[in-house]
Amino acid sequence: MSAGSHRRREKNDLVPAVLFLAPNFIGFLVFTAGPVFISLMSSFTDRSLLTPQWQWVGFRNYQDMETDSLFWIYLVNTAYYFIGLPISMIGSLFLASLLHQRIRAGAVFRTLLFLPSFTAGVALMLLWKQLLNPDFGAINAMLGSAFEHLHLNIGLPQWLNSTHNLMAINPERVRLDPPQFGLGARDGLMLMGIWTGIGGGNMLLYLAALTNIPEELSEAAALDGAGAWQSFRAVTWPQLAPTTFFIIVMSCIGGFQGGFDQARVMTGGGPAKTTVTLAYYIYQKAFEQFQLGYASAVSWVLFALVLAITLLNWRFGNSEDLVS
Amino acid sequence: MKLQPWIAWTIYIVLAAICITTLVPFLWMVLTSLKPESEVTNVDPFPHVWHPSNYREVSSAAPFFGRYYLNSLFVACWVTYLTVLSSSMAAFAFARLRWPGRNTVFTLYLATMMIPGVVTMIPNFAIMVKLQMLDTYSGLIIPASFSAFGTFLLRQFMLGIPRALDDASVIDGANAWQVFSDVILPLTRPGLITLAIFTFMGNYGSLLWPLIMVKSESMRTLPIGLLQFDSVYDKATHLMMAASVMSVVPPLILFIVGQKYLVKGIQLGAVKG
Repeated sequence: MSAGSHRRREKNDLVPAVLFLAPNFIGFLVFTAGPVFISLMSSFTDRSLLTPQWQWVGFRNYQDMETDSLFWIYLVNTAYYFIGLPISMIGSLFLASLLHQRIRAGAVFRTLLFLPSFTAGVALMLLWKQLLNPDFGAINAMLGSAFEHLHLNIGLPQWLNSTHNLMAINPERVRLDPPQFGLGARDGLMLMGIWTGIGGGNMLLYLAALTNIPEELSEAAALDGAGAWQSFRAVTWPQLAPTTFFIIVMSCIGGFQGGFDQARVMTGGGPAKTTVTLAYYIYQKAFEQFQLGYASAVSWVLFALVLAITLLNWRFGNSEDLVS
Repeated sequence: MKLQPWIAWTIYIVLAAICITTLVPFLWMVLTSLKPESEVTNVDPFPHVWHPSNYREVSSAAPFFGRYYLNSLFVACWVTYLTVLSSSMAAFAFARLRWPGRNTVFTLYLATMMIPGVVTMIPNFAIMVKLQMLDTYSGLIIPASFSAFGTFLLRQFMLGIPRALDDASVIDGANAWQVFSDVILPLTRPGLITLAIFTFMGNYGSLLWPLIMVKSESMRTLPIGLLQFDSVYDKATHLMMAASVMSVVPPLILFIVGQKYLVKGIQLGAVKG
């Protein structure tokens, strides 16, 4: 095609392009771009749902966060769930490596493993609330009989009723408190998260990445006398690095925004506010205490955290190579 | 390389064990939904007396339960339809048409994908109040129907279609709409189905937005309706499980029908980085 006709084409396409883009773009302006701008502005005001009057307050909402001990506790609560990330990732990678072997009925296994993440939602959360019930839930029933067989004399975890946690953090303040060590509400929710996510999207990503590794690489390693583990360390793991990086980034972005549904459905944020995350706090501030200005400011701090991780991803990641 | 039989068997056993762990909670849910109320706190997972009438009792305990069900399906279907339509049109403009500023606008779209939902949630609530859409189907449907992710996903699919096809139909006298609907859309079908499944699932299970939007009982969606069994009907665990089983049925059907599209879609969607 000559340069002249090419230029004519560009001109011709502008009108249809505007028409094709219009529905999505108007929606984008009204429900995304506009609200982002409004939200930023609100974070510098004392807007409330209770009164129509409001004032500019400069950075006061952000300064208030600094002394708002709840904000810091909830930030730690949100970050606590990242403990589950390595477990969940290793699990997904393990399952993907098993499925990657040439076995029959691989698709059947893959389908079954994918089921929890696909059906995730309020119904499964209500189910897990029952499973985690310390007195008659299935999990403690199994733990109880296992402890009995092993003649272990340890108390069963109280799960959603307990403030205990694996980091021994005091629920009232961000401080270490050794008697708090144990399994509590946050760990129960984390366990559910791992069960839900382990066979989901991350496993499929690892499976795709494993399929993309040239077979010659592992064959060469085998010829050099490398065992399965050595070959994994030297060949497979480095080849999976972009996928691992991508999964970590996406999980962190999701993790900072998460925790609302679980807390709302299963714990109401308790016990002793240990399961309140930042997303839940923003909801509480905005729609239970009606402080829209402060809630907006908290949401922008959350945004800043997510943005920082995304920039890190752009700087170091190369996710375009992920799937060929 | 063929696997040695003992290795293959080990893999089968491990995978089977993990799949059982995956399925047991579902089984437990179904079994509890068939227990009479008195047996719910029983540690034995199997009911001594089978009580399938729980499923009928759900609607007498929550008279609007059928309505919640319909609301959820209605809202999710509309959001899916509008999202697929608006995203595919926008994706066509980004992938197949040439116009100045295209890449800038697309980068802007990409950048908005990382904005947390809680940031836009509060202003969107205010907008809905202004538009008087609180507690209406429009309020549940419209704000959810414009997806930057969908636009991105379908653009990826459309970029893979050879350009010669559009050019040929343009020479045959087709206008842009005809190229879109007769040439590009049929070839983007797997992408459309993938996006439709994701969108449907995302909205069918959505809790936060309906929680903010819905005031009256008749407008509640299933996720909010299920919560009732946990609070209002305090100890109705058997009914809650029956309602939960029923609410998992549509996703399950969708899952069985559409799973081959899901795998591909998730792997493609990851390119967004």
